[in-house]
Order: sequence, then C-alpha cells, then structure tokens
Amino acid sequence: MKKLLTSTVAVSALALMLGMTSVRAEDAVDPNAKPGGAITITYKDDVATLDPAIGYDWQNWSMIKSLFDGLMDYEPGTTNLRPDLAESYEIAPDGKTFTFKLRQGVKFHNGREMTADDVKYSLDRVTNPKTQSPGAGFFGSIKGHDDVAAGKAESLAGVTVVDPYTIKFELTRPDATFLHVMAINFSHVVPKEEVEKYGADFGKHPVGTGAFKFAEWTLGQRVVFERNPDYWHKGLPYLDKVSFEIGQEPIVALLRLQKGEIDIPGDGIPPAKFQEVMADPEQKARVVEGGQLHTGYITMNTTMAPFDNVKVRQAVNMAINKDRIVQLINNRAVPANQPLPPSMPGYDKEFKGYPYDVAKAKALLAEAGHPDGFDTQLFAMNTDPNPRIAQAIQQDLAAVGIKASIQSLAQANVIAAGGDKAGAPMIWSGGMAWIADFPDPSNFYGPILGCAGAVPGGWNWSWYCNKDLDAKAAEADSIVDPAKSAERAKMWSAIYGKIMEDAPWVPVFNEQRFTMKSARMGGADNLYVDPVHIPINYDNVYVTDVQ
Amino acid sequence: MIAYLGRRVIQSLLILLGVSLITFALLYLLPADPVRQIAGRSATPETVENIRRQLGLDQPFIIQYWHYLTSLLSGDLGRSYIQRSEVTELIVSRLPASLLLMVGAILCELAIGLTMGLLAAVRRGTATDQTLMVASFVGVSAPQFVVGLLLLYVFAVRLGWFPIGGYGTWRHLVLPSLTMGILGAGWYARMMRSSMIDVLRQDYMRTARAKGLARGAIIFRHALPNAILPVIAMIGIDIGIFMGGIVVVESVFGWPGIGQLAWQAIQRVDIPIIMGVTLVSAFAIVLGNLLADTVAPFIDPRIKLR
Repeated sequence: MKKLLTSTVAVSALALMLGMTSVRAEDAVDPNAKPGGAITITYKDDVATLDPAIGYDWQNWSMIKSLFDGLMDYEPGTTNLRPDLAESYEIAPDGKTFTFKLRQGVKFHNGREMTADDVKYSLDRVTNPKTQSPGAGFFGSIKGHDDVAAGKAESLAGVTVVDPYTIKFELTRPDATFLHVMAINFSHVVPKEEVEKYGADFGKHPVGTGAFKFAEWTLGQRVVFERNPDYWHKGLPYLDKVSFEIGQEPIVALLRLQKGEIDIPGDGIPPAKFQEVMADPEQKARVVEGGQLHTGYITMNTTMAPFDNVKVRQAVNMAINKDRIVQLINNRAVPANQPLPPSMPGYDKEFKGYPYDVAKAKALLAEAGHPDGFDTQLFAMNTDPNPRIAQAIQQDLAAVGIKASIQSLAQANVIAAGGDKAGAPMIWSGGMAWIADFPDPSNFYGPILGCAGAVPGGWNWSWYCNKDLDAKAAEADSIVDPAKSAERAKMWSAIYGKIMEDAPWVPVFNEQRFTMKSARMGGADNLYVDPVHIPINYDNVYVTDVQ
Repeated sequence: MIAYLGRRVIQSLLILLGVSLITFALLYLLPADPVRQIAGRSATPETVENIRRQLGLDQPFIIQYWHYLTSLLSGDLGRSYIQRSEVTELIVSRLPASLLLMVGAILCELAIGLTMGLLAAVRRGTATDQTLMVASFVGVSAPQFVVGLLLLYVFAVRLGWFPIGGYGTWRHLVLPSLTMGILGAGWYARMMRSSMIDVLRQDYMRTARAKGLARGAIIFRHALPNAILPVIAMIGIDIGIFMGGIVVVESVFGWPGIGQLAWQAIQRVDIPIIMGVTLVSAFAIVLGNLLADTVAPFIDPRIKLR
C-alpha cells in the first residue's frame, strides 16, 4: 500500500488518534482546461448496461463512473483513494466500524437530493440476490450480508442511517479493503424511485449523481451523455457532451480517427496496425501509454500429475521465454515475474523470480522423475494473439521435453474447463486474465490464488490452496489502520513471494495500455490511461478547440 | 392451391420448431455456464445457485425448452444475459436497419447481376462473356469481409466518396449494400445468363428474328421479360444467403442490424440473443422460400403447385 493512500496516510494517522479521519480539499480544476465542446468515442460492442449494480466490463466501467458516484473514489489518473460523495470518514480503532459523513446538497440527475437513505438502499439492492449483481460478493464483510444473500433479509443489518448525512457500517471482521469497496461501481448510489420506475431496465435509463447525465440511447448505434450542470464538484466536467458510437470495428475506428471524425477509438489500436501507427511520429505523438492492473499468466493444475510436483512447476517457470512472448505482441506488455502488476501496492521491486534457463529447467524435470518430459494440454482462448502466444509457450515447453497440445477454444469454454478440477492441466490466461477490481493487493489473491477460488466454477485454475497463506491473507486484511499500510503491503509481498516458491503460475507479462486520441484532446496523459476509470476519465478530459 | 399452401405453412412451422429445438439443444450443450457469466468472478457458490434458480436454468432440458416455447408463443424471447434487455426489444430496434440493407443489397445485386448476365448471354462465347463469368465467379467466391474492407479502403478512405462505416444517410448505405450485392450479383449473373440463353434458343425468338425485328427490340421486348421472371423469383431463396451475409457485412461497416447483434452475442455467448436472432433469421428464410414457391407458378405457368 506504499503508493496507495500516500496523500491521505499522514492525515489519516493523525486523525485516527483523534478518532476522526478527515480528508483533503477537492482537486483543483485544471487551469488550462476550457469548458465546453463535445467528443466522440467509438466501441465495437453494444454497451451492455449502465446499471452500476450490474455493469462489469471495461467498456461500461468508466461510463458508469461518470454517471454515478460512490462514497469513495480515486484521484484522477491515480490509484490514490479519496472521499467522493463522502466528505469525511471515521474508522473505529477495532477496524470494524466505518462512519461516513456525506456531502450536503448533492443532487441526483432528477433533481432530488441524495441522502444516507439512498446509500443504504443502493447497498441493500446490490446485495439482494434478485438484483443478480456480479458484484454482490464484494460486500461480504458487512454485517448481515449472508442473510441478505440467502434471501432471509431484505436489508443489511450492518448499515445504519444515523442521520440524513451520516451512515455507519458495521463489519463482521476488520477489512482493510473496505474503502476500496466503497469506491467500486457496485457501491455507487442510485435513487430508489428511478430504479422502481424502470425495474429491470434501469440500466437503460440510468439516473445518478455523476458528472454527466444520461441523454440518449439508440440501441446498437449511440449512447450520449450530457454535462450535469448541478454536479457537486464545481468546475467539472469540462465537456458538454460525450457521444459513444457503437458497432465500429477497431480498424474502422482508427481510419476515422486519422480523418479527424472521432476523438478516441475506445477499443484501442488494432494489433495489425500497431506498428504502422507507432512508426509514424505524428500519430505516435497522440498515443498515450500506461500500465494497468493486469497480469497474464499460465496456470498449472496443482491437483493433476505431474503438476502436483512443485519441481515440475518450477521447471515450467524457467522454460518460458517471456521476452519473446512480449515481442510477439509488439512489446505491448512488460515481462512479469510475480502475480502482482508493478503499479499495484505490494509489488516487490527486489524480487527476481525464476530466470529463463532451459538447462536448469531440464535438470529440475529430471529430478522430478521426468528426464524425457511428458505429454500435457495447454488451453487458450481462440482470439488473436492468444493462439500465437500459446504456440510460443508450446515451443518453449518442447525445448525442455514437455509436449503440450493446444486446446484453442472460445472464452466461455476455457473458463468452464478451468473451473473443473479435472478440466485443464495448463491454461494460458490471455483474454481472460485478471484485471484488478480495485488497486489493492488482496484483489489478486482470494478468487484466483486462494482456497476460496479453488472450487468448481471458480477462477483459481491452478486449484492451488494453501491454508497457511489464506490465514496470512486474512491477517493482512485485518490491518485497517491506514498508518500501517506499508506494513500490510509487506505482508502481501511475502504472501506472493511464497506463492512463487510453490509456483502454481508462470506470470508471463503485464499488459500496457495504449490509448490514441485526436489532436484536440487535452488533459494530463494519465487521464487517458486511468488505472480505475478504465479506459478514460471522461470527467476530467477536455478539448482545446472550444472558443 | 389452398391445400398446397396449408401444407407448406404446416411444413414451415415444423421446420421452425426443428430449428428452435436444435439451436436450443446446441446452446444447452455448450460447456459454458451462463450463470457463471452473470454472477461474475467474485460470486459465492450460493449466489450462483440462486441466480440459476431464478433463471430456471436448474430445470431439466425438456422443461427449459418447454418454457422457452410457451413464452415464444406469446412473443417473449427472454432477456439477454449480458445486456439484461428484452431480446424482442433488441431485435425489433435493429430490424429496420437490416431490412434497409436487404433492400439496398437486392437492388445492387439485381442491377449488377442482371446486367452482367444479359450481356454475357447476348455475347455468348466471346471474350466479354468469359470475362463477365470469371468476374461473377470471383464475386461469388470472394469473402465478404475482404470485399467490404477493400471497398471501404478505396471508396471511403482513399477517395472519400462515402463515410467510413456507420448508419444514417443513403451514403452510409451504398458500400454495405454493394458488398452484399457483389456476392448475390455473381449468382444472378449466372442464372440470368443461362435463363437468357434458354429463351434465346426458343422458337419464338427465331420467329422474331425471321420477322426482321431489330436486335434491341428482340432482346429487350421479347427475350428479357421472359428470361428475367424466373430469376426474380429467386429473390425469396436469396434471403438465406442474405441472412448469412449480414453477420459479416454489418460488423465490417458498423451497421446496426441484427447481424451485428448476432455476432456480438456469439462472442459473448449471450444465449437468449443467439436463440432469438437464429429464430428470426430462420423465419425470414422459411418465409422467403414459401413466397418464392408460391409466386413461381404465376411467373412461369409451366410450374404447377400440387
């Protein structure tokens, strides 16, 4: 957590002693920004839904963030937490009670003032099984969650409205990630009357408190947002209008960008055109590169022979030539040696990982009783570049004697095979790899490396379950005190270090993001590769050609 | 006639029922679990089972199919798993675009195909004939995404005559219609050519020539109307080829029709949408065939309905 919370840590430490965590001034408005103007963003796929309780793909993620707000958010372009709809918060010394003071005078797009009742309603709604929210599980630490999840209660017992501007959360255990949970889309605040009015179609008629309000949705063609003139953060957003044009192939979007018809191709630069774009200085100047909270990895099923032998897994770790795989995808990634991506708190800069060493890999295989290698299967998703990467892995494995046949399947089928204990010996995670829900090291553990994920239909495709590490993880997550965040990050580093000794994964690379924008787009580069408002922070960007 | 029609309608309904059963079964057998997709990565097993129960996906296959069929009869195609919208709404909102593209494509293929076929038949055996037939062969065989991208590159990017994909004005319609039309035009050119050659061989053609009628009059007044009718009757059958083509062409041109909807749904395994689009397409194809067969005897008296 070293990077995270840097701005609030000192204040928080002091405030904790006083029993109150009070926070920051609002971010300054960019002095270079001129208000006004409209931008056009293209996407290939339909926007699935704009309901914050349901939307869970990288396309609608930041759209929802612009329409709705949560109690917490991040400083634009960073992973630094800060209050949003909350004005301040207070964490009890036992780490199990969080009290938020709400900002007054915040209005929903329908004109009604947002109060603590709305916050409570929104959380009751997202955890209610009838809502079928993919994010319900994030709220597991709130008291009463299990009763609501089981359909035994309609309301979370641990959420109390103290007064219209104060809300209190009681947790069943100290939860260091709770402030992040209050910043993810699933906790964003919705007005009850609008949800009841539209029912299951609320996602097509979103009403929130965000910087933009929803203006138009022509199915399959266009979604339009307009500036919210009553937005509580004065001066924001800069843009009057953001239009999303749907159904545009990335290659067509790039051509339109080159002709100046659009501002941002939402699906990025098509791989086939990447080198051409980067070779042209004029175009390259408009490309913004940034890290993302992503790791691409190969899983080895630790319950299936011969991957139940740690030496075999370590040998595979040494057999993979990660630099070559990175080259295969035009250097749109950096080689990885541990599960956490570099921009994640808890990432261990000193950690060296397994070297690429064919001779040593062979020796380890011989020690494990497989001097001549063995036959196995490697599952991979069937869209480019994943089959090519799988082939590169196949060749690397062949060099140490492991003959892997490739099963190139549709995404859903690979996910299904991974969630079946006897389904897949090895999986290349490309196209399905983990991208953090929030910038906290714990988010890379539970579902994909912890025992909780090693269940049928789970995402722990290595079926790696180390009870000892589960206990250490729980211990780390109980350190709620922001002043001890560095200590907590160290504990997480140690957990991932131990995981790498057991080697259930081969971490292969961390993808970099490349966003291309039109020449008239303004605002700091990190807004275009925002780690949380993926892919773009619409609230804070602007255009330079308004009068 | 009535008996024939009644029989054909019943057959068509049986075909549709078969299509629905096969598609439903195939999607049921997919090793992907839609509930997992809805529930997301962080869901507990209880949440997953809860959603499964709510969607009725814990029921046996036959019960699920029966539920689908009964709601289908009341016009309900279910709700999309990913978009959470009514499938009927999604399809209805996209149908006009696909129908417009269909009209554009049919106009293009008729204009190009019939002209090519006519020319080839009249100049039968010459270099013109051979060139046109090779061209029609290329048109039939060229993958539509290649033709689409090529047209897009030349006429939209290089020459700037048409917009680069999208929807809205007649200018947006030209390139996708042409892409669809080039494939159909190949077929029509071949059919028109053989139909025209057939007609030109008829006795009444010889009579017309013997009477000393001008060549133009023979071809356009006497041969063409007779040759063209059986070809036009093929439009109904063409709908099948069309339905296959829109998936590719709509995606290349960002055309907001049901083909694009289907392609997106297939990529995301959004089963209710795949089912819905398949049924709507099957309905269109069955209807097209039915129309083609019903219209045929009126156009060509040699055909009798039995």
